[in-house]
Amino acid sequence: MTPEELRELAARRREELQEFKYRLNVCLAAGCQSCHGDSVYKALKAEVESRKLEGVQVRGVGCLSLCAEGPLVQVEPDNLLYQRVRAEDAPELIESMYGKPLKRLACPTDAPFFAAQKQIVLENSGRIDPESLEDYLAADGYEGLMRALTEMTPAEVIAEMTTSGLRGRGGGGFPTGLKWSTVAKSKGAKKFVICNGDEGDPGAFMDRSVLESDPHRVIEGMIIAGYAVGASHGYAYIRAEYPLAVKRIQNAIKQATKVGLLGEGICGTGFGFTIEVRLGAGAFVCGEETALIASIEGKRGQPRPRPPFPAESGLWGYPTLINNVETFANVPPILRNGGAWFAGMGTEKSKGTKVFALAGRVKNTGLIEVPMGITLRKIIFDIGGGIPDGKKFKAVQTGGPSGGCIPEEHLDMPVDYDSLAKVGSIMGSGGMIVMDETSCMVDVAKYFMEFCKSESCGKCVPCRAGTDQMHGLLSKICAGEATMDDLALLEHLCEVVKNTSLCGLGQTAPNPVLSTLRYFRHEYLAHIQEKRCPAGVCKIKAAAEVHA
Amino acid sequence: MPPIPKKVDPPSADKRWRMVDNTMRKHGYRPDALIESLHTMQECFGYLEEPGLRYVAQALRLPLSKVYGVATFYHFFTLKPKGRHTCVVCMGTACYIKGAQNILDEIEHKYGVKPGETTKDDALSVLTARCIGSCGLAAAVVVDGAIAGKVSAKQTLDLIEKAVAS
Amino acid sequence: MSDAPHILTLKIDDQDVSAVEGQTILAVARENGIAVPTLCFLKGLSPVGACRLCLVEIKGVPKLLPACVTRAAEGMEVTTDSPRLREYRRTILELLFAERNHVCSICVSNNNCELQSLARAQGLTHVRVPYRHPRLGVDATHSRFSADHNRCILCARCVRVCDEIEGAHTWDIMGRGIDCRVITDMNQPWGQSDTCTSCGKCVHVCPTGTLTEKGVAAAEMKKRQQFLPYLTAMREERE
Ligand SMILES: Cc1cc2nc3c(=O)[nH]c(=O)nc-3n(C[C@H](O)[C@H](O)[C@H](O)COP(=O)(O)O)c2cc1C
Ligand code: SF4
Ligand code: FES
Ligand code: FES
Repeated sequence: MTPEELRELAARRREELQEFKYRLNVCLAAGCQSCHGDSVYKALKAEVESRKLEGVQVRGVGCLSLCAEGPLVQVEPDNLLYQRVRAEDAPELIESMYGKPLKRLACPTDAPFFAAQKQIVLENSGRIDPESLEDYLAADGYEGLMRALTEMTPAEVIAEMTTSGLRGRGGGGFPTGLKWSTVAKSKGAKKFVICNGDEGDPGAFMDRSVLESDPHRVIEGMIIAGYAVGASHGYAYIRAEYPLAVKRIQNAIKQATKVGLLGEGICGTGFGFTIEVRLGAGAFVCGEETALIASIEGKRGQPRPRPPFPAESGLWGYPTLINNVETFANVPPILRNGGAWFAGMGTEKSKGTKVFALAGRVKNTGLIEVPMGITLRKIIFDIGGGIPDGKKFKAVQTGGPSGGCIPEEHLDMPVDYDSLAKVGSIMGSGGMIVMDETSCMVDVAKYFMEFCKSESCGKCVPCRAGTDQMHGLLSKICAGEATMDDLALLEHLCEVVKNTSLCGLGQTAPNPVLSTLRYFRHEYLAHIQEKRCPAGVCKIKAAAEVHA
Repeated sequence: MPPIPKKVDPPSADKRWRMVDNTMRKHGYRPDALIESLHTMQECFGYLEEPGLRYVAQALRLPLSKVYGVATFYHFFTLKPKGRHTCVVCMGTACYIKGAQNILDEIEHKYGVKPGETTKDDALSVLTARCIGSCGLAAAVVVDGAIAGKVSAKQTLDLIEKAVAS
Repeated sequence: MSDAPHILTLKIDDQDVSAVEGQTILAVARENGIAVPTLCFLKGLSPVGACRLCLVEIKGVPKLLPACVTRAAEGMEVTTDSPRLREYRRTILELLFAERNHVCSICVSNNNCELQSLARAQGLTHVRVPYRHPRLGVDATHSRFSADHNRCILCARCVRVCDEIEGAHTWDIMGRGIDCRVITDMNQPWGQSDTCTSCGKCVHVCPTGTLTEKGVAAAEMKKRQQFLPYLTAMREERE
């Protein structure tokens, strides 16, 4: 289809949508589905049908953000949000559309949880039907691509990305424009674009939500990238543990192919691009780019030394661009609104917004998108609503197994790549886990080390054997059986593994230990010298028992 | 050794092998079809059995040891059949902070199985996952494919009991 | 390939050296008599950069890089030996010794073991990290060779020589992380392998007493690796 035809399709859908006076948007993303959002959806649909109501649409949508209070239903045109809706509530909810809002289930959307957010990546999340191409088009979808293909040269697209200041959202924060221009300059008979949807951080679900709630956005970003760097084929590497995300992206690829947004001669131009989905198979290390490439090639997901970087020699030796799901999701709005618009948000060195999966010991758990530079305190205490059950805040963990724990004293620090690095953590992909006084920081460090140990690919010695040894030492500390020599050895191993491991997994595996040692050394000492776990998590045999 | 036949036959007449064949064909029997083919095999049969691995290796012309190496590298793949019912306990950070370890302990206490094990009567397999992406609803478990969020150990045991009785 | 090879100049341990473009730091160092410890590297096999013993410091590069895969570049200043590097190398060797069971005195490769001689060269006198004492089996099913997994350091030389030189790809690695193990075919006894040609190349490239010839007494197993550069040279000639 030509851009005109696509825009017509969009206009038609907008009209269709306007024919409905009322609309019930039911969240069908993973969070709400796991508390039976689908039965709410069915009940509402049945209710509308049995009452033969006209002008009422019941629509399944993507994540509505406040996962903790699901299932969520949003009612248009008044934009009321209802929480913890059950199938039995359907009749009452329908009646409320014509009368007074249903107080019993109302969710206050003026609360800071919603008010302090700024949505770019999630702009369509919960507002469109993720399985409908027309819905995406009606929300200005593929406008960025059409602009790129019909009005811009590849170099201009890259320049726009550079102006935007967008940095990779997969953890490293590498400038996206620079990466694109490197791949564009690399010589190769073929080039590839890979979308990294492996999302391995065990406490993060941003990419999952984007893929489930707005899959076309990621596809659009990949096509634009393909055009910019001169690639004609792309792979979307998605965790097999995310079946719904896989289904949605496959469905979106099919739809896009049907209308000529993928395939030969996209939008009537000479540019062609195709996308294939590849499933991950439960290996955190496959988020590392060279391991991911090995995995797409059908091999054991073991990293290889860099250089050469994938930008020069990647998939089957061809220049390859790898970006994260959220990075690609930022591309369409940048192309639509211009790089300068994007650069107007955030801080000097970290532009735009970041999506976080807020979880752990905090009242409002869910998926949030905030401008870069917001403080941690604002996220945890305003958006997150603070710590439940009157408990005291202890630390917030960002960056997952490669990151660190940040204590109270740094809560007023702005959230950006450089500030987080300064306090010993990293931005990471967006997992944010809040811990209160009931969490033992040594236990948390042990938890992450256990993770790294079992996710180590086994190729290089320091990571394979070092994570195992560090895990052993941490277990000893937790059991109250360690000495100060053990602690010294642990610190030494941290240094060696960090500096000698082959890939990012091993190089960052010591981070959770190092950051907890930096801020919570007293907890380690309590375990070692007093044989006591201050949080009461670790099961330490009383000294008398040990000697008995 | 006898010459390797051009066309290799599946290990049995089971129709499910056609699905595996489809996946391999879709990828042109290229080496990079391996992981996708293993996914299909596991989806069809529930686990990866050795004759199947040999079959895929031959069809894709891959070394046997390489196929075995790949199948054992990825934790999503299992070479052992699972029990009639499964309970997956999420051990992601959010769930861990909210007591996932306790859930596992209680399951072990009641059924005598650790993660990765199956009860003697083949009724229940207990597995762990590295975050199932429902962290907002931690702690999360998946019993026979259905996700349940914000569960306690007690609730999980009730869910398992219901599943096993069904 | 008709152009004359490009010559680079660089410094290794303050010594001015020259290199042909494309050469690794390790190759240049060895040509100039500078010793860099290696374990997973073996001339004639593709380098993997896995053991991390050959890590060197390069001026202006924040990370340590493996000499066996990193290419020499014009003006590079490389340090192959420093207190920090020595300490890291010792620790890596300790990790290897503790990972499996390396009891030299009863090993057929005693005094002919690359792990042992590296430990000597690096001045490793005792192992600070706790021994893990895994109980791995010995596979004696092959008529001529045996595999003692307790002594394997997972350098993957056997895997590479079998794949790249012999072309059989009998060996590979299964599992991951600390549970990795070298296997033949479908993790079946070596003697029952469908693909093993009994050529013995794996035995001779194995740096430790893991893969050995049968019927050899303690400290008697001598490995001969001279075939490797010879075979690779001949192949290059043919291409
Ligand atoms: C051990 C390890 C795991 C990683 N996991 C992921 C992941 O799950 N998702 C991701 O996008 N990037 C992950 N990365 C980062 C990627 O290697 C890569 O830098 C990123 O996909 C680049 O995309 P970006 O520039 O858009 O951030 C991981 C890196 C390492 C070292
Ligand atoms: S650091 Fe760990 S994961 Fe990375 S190559 Fe080494 S063993 Fe593999
Ligand atoms: S941590 Fe359990 S769902 Fe993410
Ligand atoms: S010899 Fe270079 S990493 Fe092993």
